[in-house]
Amino acid sequence: MELAAILTLDVLNGVASLILLCTGLAIIFGMMRIINLAHGEFLMLGAYATVVSANAGVNIWVAMLVVAPLFVGAVSLVVERCLIRFLYGRLVDTMLATWGLSLFIVGLVTTIYGNTIQGVPTPLGGFSIGAYRSSLYTLFLVAMAALLLAAVWAVLRYTRLGLIARATMQNPNMAAALGVSPNRVYMATFAVGAAITGLAGGLLAPVSGVVPTMGAAYVAKAFITVVGGGSAILAGTASAAGLFGFINQMAAYLTTPVFGEVTLFVSAIILIRVLPQGISGRFFGRSL
Amino acid sequence: MRISRRDVLKTTALSAAGLLASPAILRHGALGADDPILVGSLHDQSGPIAATGVPMVASLQLAIEEANAAGGLLGRPLKLVHYDTQSTIQMYSQYAQQLALKDKVAIVHGGITSASREAIRPIFDRFKVLYFYNTLYEGGVCDRNIFCTGTTPAQTVEKLVPSAMKDWGKKAYIIAADYNYGQITAKWMTKYVQDNGGEILSTDFFPLDVTNFGPTISKIQAAKPDIILSALVGGNHTAFYRQWASAGMKKEIPIASTTFGLVNEQTTLDAQESDGVLAAYGYFEELTTPASTTYLKKLKDKFGADIPYISEIAAATYEGFYLWLAGAKAAGSLDRMKVIEALESGISFDGPTGKVVLDHATHHATRNAYLGSVKDRHFSVVATYEQQPPSDTAAVCNLIDKPTDNQQYVIKV
Amino acid sequence: MTGSHLAKLAQAAALAAAIAAVAVMPQEVEIFDLMQYTLFAAMAILALSLGFIWGFGGILSFGQTAFFGLGAYAYAVAAINFGDSTGAVALAVLVPAGFALVLGYFMFYGRISDVYLGVITLTVTLILFNLVNSTAGDEYRIGAAALGGFNGMPSIPGLNAPGNPDYVLDPEELWFVTGGALILVYVLLRLLLASRFGRVAVAIRENETRAALLGYDPRLTKLAVFVVGGGIAGLAGCLYANWGAFVSPTIFSLALSAEIIIWVTVGGLGTLIGPVIGCVLIQYLVAQIGTQQAFNSNLVLGVILIAFVLLLRKGLVPTAQDLGGRLIALLRRRAGRTAESLGALKEAE
Repeated sequence: MELAAILTLDVLNGVASLILLCTGLAIIFGMMRIINLAHGEFLMLGAYATVVSANAGVNIWVAMLVVAPLFVGAVSLVVERCLIRFLYGRLVDTMLATWGLSLFIVGLVTTIYGNTIQGVPTPLGGFSIGAYRSSLYTLFLVAMAALLLAAVWAVLRYTRLGLIARATMQNPNMAAALGVSPNRVYMATFAVGAAITGLAGGLLAPVSGVVPTMGAAYVAKAFITVVGGGSAILAGTASAAGLFGFINQMAAYLTTPVFGEVTLFVSAIILIRVLPQGISGRFFGRSL
Repeated sequence: MRISRRDVLKTTALSAAGLLASPAILRHGALGADDPILVGSLHDQSGPIAATGVPMVASLQLAIEEANAAGGLLGRPLKLVHYDTQSTIQMYSQYAQQLALKDKVAIVHGGITSASREAIRPIFDRFKVLYFYNTLYEGGVCDRNIFCTGTTPAQTVEKLVPSAMKDWGKKAYIIAADYNYGQITAKWMTKYVQDNGGEILSTDFFPLDVTNFGPTISKIQAAKPDIILSALVGGNHTAFYRQWASAGMKKEIPIASTTFGLVNEQTTLDAQESDGVLAAYGYFEELTTPASTTYLKKLKDKFGADIPYISEIAAATYEGFYLWLAGAKAAGSLDRMKVIEALESGISFDGPTGKVVLDHATHHATRNAYLGSVKDRHFSVVATYEQQPPSDTAAVCNLIDKPTDNQQYVIKV
Repeated sequence: MTGSHLAKLAQAAALAAAIAAVAVMPQEVEIFDLMQYTLFAAMAILALSLGFIWGFGGILSFGQTAFFGLGAYAYAVAAINFGDSTGAVALAVLVPAGFALVLGYFMFYGRISDVYLGVITLTVTLILFNLVNSTAGDEYRIGAAALGGFNGMPSIPGLNAPGNPDYVLDPEELWFVTGGALILVYVLLRLLLASRFGRVAVAIRENETRAALLGYDPRLTKLAVFVVGGGIAGLAGCLYANWGAFVSPTIFSLALSAEIIIWVTVGGLGTLIGPVIGCVLIQYLVAQIGTQQAFNSNLVLGVILIAFVLLLRKGLVPTAQDLGGRLIALLRRRAGRTAESLGALKEAE
């Protein structure tokens, strides 16, 4: 019974991590169809921002929830103005540019901070379910993932900003004709998506090994989840993260972590084959 | 302000040309000095493995500097020819060919992962360039053209496991990285646990890019072991120790590891996450012998900020260089076979780790092993084992009987 | 001479020049540079495979490394087992092509396209990485060949003269084979593109629905294109395994996959010579960057790539073609004006 509870928590943790990882990417990809190969590096920058500021004395919660997203959001604005802006609609070139950007960011962080850096321990402590112990932080992560989804949904659904964003996503020309500047929407979306990714990086910093190359472990899974989810930003990402997270964690528990990884990949292939437009191509068609 | 494309292209081209030409310029200038002996270096200075590679190159540079200050080798100065292999196997093969065919170096020190070593070992065999591999690994390489100076499981795991079992208990749970080194180390851990009357509850392997250890931590709790034996490798696997501590398990079940510290885990983790972890290596920075403190001081003075912690791997590189130097001096020449024969005659060196002796039959090193326990983000050395022979490789490799042997054996544990 | 005659003559001349370059190279350069060029040629064939299926077939594959790696491993296993490399080379092409057939059928007949296809191909190469990485024990053997897991397979037997297993090719001869293979693949692809099949493939890339409405089966054509690309990548893998005599699971990595895309993009998508040039240039740059210690290698390469994308929008070859075209137009105008002014002078007389 307690084991079941712990396992459920593990699965939720896996799903929550995927949601945090993917939401930013889903926004950027869903809005602008840009394959951002520097996604892992935005994550890493968020983690580094948290770690550096926390070690410099900033309160850990502020470092995670405020400093990380703001920093990465600011960086992404610079990137957008100087680089991405020229490449809208040019899928091929954005891949080249973001790949170069990812190399550049890794190189820059390594040059400034070296190959390893002192990290931050997990705040909060543990708690017990019967004979098993788990971490309060995993509960926090699950809560944050849910909160993030709710916040993004609320903004998209109820605010004018969200309305403009959705309109531009559906039909940029029409939106332009109605007085919205698509370029500014893209800039804002890119920044918001990156800020969310930075937040994810900050949230994951206390439970990861923070090194300049940490982004590489997340990129592939993030892409697979986002594309598997389809074009609906929230419903797609949430459902894909839920499905893949569940499969991955269960397979890892029941067999071995290697098998867990392979199972996730295989199920992604099968999913995309069965639902060629992703999950939200078939279900949740008109939702966000 | 409108910068024309032409201007940017021009400046970019000029600076790129300058950047590309600089090695040529530098090398040209240096060769103006009297015909130096070239020492090749193949280490990763960028990418995921750079954390290990950077201190190794620093050690090598220090050793070469000292050797030059002491008069060089055979009356000639020594010069480092270093290439950054960028954590990519293809670059290892490419630069190995370059060192052998273009630069024509006298000796190569390099290779970090076993994969990189296996990529370049045949190249140096083929083009007859002596090669020193200074990184700790899983053992089994049998090749007369290579000398492996790092520790192998028989030297470290054999000491770690009984010590952990004596202090903590008989039931062990193994977690290891899912590749050759992790898998073979896990087999050795199993053997030594069973040899000491214990039992292995489970062995779990993790791909190198796994960052979420939640299910495993639950499994471990369900199994209720007395000890965790860890052979996790790399920055991503550091997450285990974090997640383990955050679940509050740190105080419940102790950890012994043969890899903890290789990516500076003890400096990157907090004291509450790492205190008490037991590790075994051929060297700890915290050793207080005069040889160690002098080496450490010189290294930190020269490279300080770049190298947060000196592990066995950096110290072994330093000693590997001096061993070769001793061999070349004893041979009185740079001829490869003469140096090999000299090195097989029982060359030893007293280095930061203690006395290191090259073994003729295996071309591996008999060296000291130390046990260290993490305290306050440093290791404190708790046991010393003098002159441990490379018995695992000795079980499969005998170059005296079969000098043309040329492969890595998978040692049956 | 008409424009197309001129073009054909230029092509023939270029081909002759390339063949001459391959033949003469060993005398002109040192052995190390020759081996370096052999590597470049093998990677250029890999670049061609993606350049073909993406630039002309419209298939963005994030997993060409899957076929590259399968070709390398197939060659290694077969060469060790057969003792003669001739069959091994055949397997190195057929195994990836067969895999491409299965995967392609799975994808194209499921009407999977653009980004989704990219993700599936990426996932496939990652699965292969994880699977091959786990084969570290001695029990993982195919015949006499131990797969070696993460440590890879060292000392892969080199190519030997067909039918004569004792005559192993030396670096010069390996260069002839690899350089020759590059030229051969390029010519074959050109011929393929000029054929009816090639034109249909391009038509499908341009507008799949229109091509389907005109009666062509896009799925079959794309499958054929994908299989050809897979086979070529396999050949590249075989030659790569010969160059380095080593293969390990990192050949399936995302990093190399992305690099192939970068080569094609830098060189120019939609051309055949573009990927070759892009590949050689980037490979050369990366090798040079590793020789300097002033800056972190990733930093330098990142800056160069960003500069490329900002300054050379279409890729090297199309930009060069543009510049060439503009130059010719400029010369024509000058010639025209000179003729005009001469004519005016004449009239004035």
